[in-house]
Amino acid sequence: MELGREVSFPAGARIFEEGGRADHFWVIRDGGVNLDVHVPGRRSAVVETLGAGRLLGWSWLCPPHQWHLGAEATSPVHAWEFDAGEVLALCERDPELDHALLTYVVEVIGRRLRAARTRLLDLYGPYGSGSPG
Amino acid sequence: MTAVPLPYRVVSNRPETTDTRTLTLRPVGEALPAFAPGQFAMLYAFGVGEIPVSVAGLQDGTLTHTIRGVGAVSRALCAVRPGTQVGVRGPLGTGWDLPAATGRDLLVVAGGIGLAPLRPLVQAALSTPRDHGRLNILIGARTPEDLLYRSEPDGWGRPYCEVTVDRAGPEWTGRVGVVTTLLDQAAFTPHETTAFVCGPEVMIRATGRELLHRGVPAQHIRVSLERNMHCATGHCGHCQLGPLLLCRDGPVVGYDRAEPLLAVREL
Repeated sequence: MELGREVSFPAGARIFEEGGRADHFWVIRDGGVNLDVHVPGRRSAVVETLGAGRLLGWSWLCPPHQWHLGAEATSPVHAWEFDAGEVLALCERDPELDHALLTYVVEVIGRRLRAARTRLLDLYGPYGSGSPG
Repeated sequence: MTAVPLPYRVVSNRPETTDTRTLTLRPVGEALPAFAPGQFAMLYAFGVGEIPVSVAGLQDGTLTHTIRGVGAVSRALCAVRPGTQVGVRGPLGTGWDLPAATGRDLLVVAGGIGLAPLRPLVQAALSTPRDHGRLNILIGARTPEDLLYRSEPDGWGRPYCEVTVDRAGPEWTGRVGVVTTLLDQAAFTPHETTAFVCGPEVMIRATGRELLHRGVPAQHIRVSLERNMHCATGHCGHCQLGPLLLCRDGPVVGYDRAEPLLAVREL
């Protein structure tokens, strides 16, 4: 955690933009962050909200090191901010840390993939449950 | 429980969403025995047919039911006008059994129209705060327009109540994501928690898996299952799920019984 620094974002702040260079990541301490996708000609569509304890940003880990989504604070946010380059350099020197961090990030990505697949099933739709009685 | 439907008068019929309405019913003469939260009634639209509908409110001698119009009978019930009559059989099936959760944290997880059977449980829990620990209410819906009882969760307020939707338009300022993501913010002690879960079975499974992963014992996860019920007396077998007849042994069962059954293909 010595690489992390405390940062805060006011409500409405854009933390990063889709397509931007992914060179930092954050662990949210409190507040909420919307992840959104740019829709040409329309307002960005929010695809997920992250809250306290959640990892914000994993695109720094693998090429092309660009954000896949945008992120906006929905309320005042306090977070630990990490410089991805510094963390990756430390991981090169410390295989145990490297493994632990990779395991953690993969778990986060897996959880979000599961959530996305679950939502693909259109859980609460009119015919998601109930018999047509 | 009566084998013959008793006549109830429609006191009100209020819209919840584009295809879902909430009926409040009062007995014309003799009233049915008291319902418990989680139990259901067979509602009879005269001349059309009968369907099972969980009770969504129990106040002042009235019965409240929230119905989504997806078939002939449910659409007929959605269309009934105040002052007209419907037939009601009940109370039927098992309830949430809130007293069995005395002293424990309560976690209510609702998906879509699954909030309806949980509503009387929430109301009972809010009226007896000293009987249990922390109350968390987590609500998921497809879109903001699909949320039921939109004015009520604000009134529930603290204890922790959070709403999330799968797809949001620009006017939505709340959370977006699956209902299970709300578990991260809920304050509960897993092994001292009783969870009450209702929604589509995919959502029940996803929620059950998350709760087990967090350490909530399977027997303390209560879920409400749904099958096509017909007689509601445990005779016809329409609602059979493995060894269970859900009209009699359910709809509310422990996840220790439900999980293996929900994992069987084509059951």
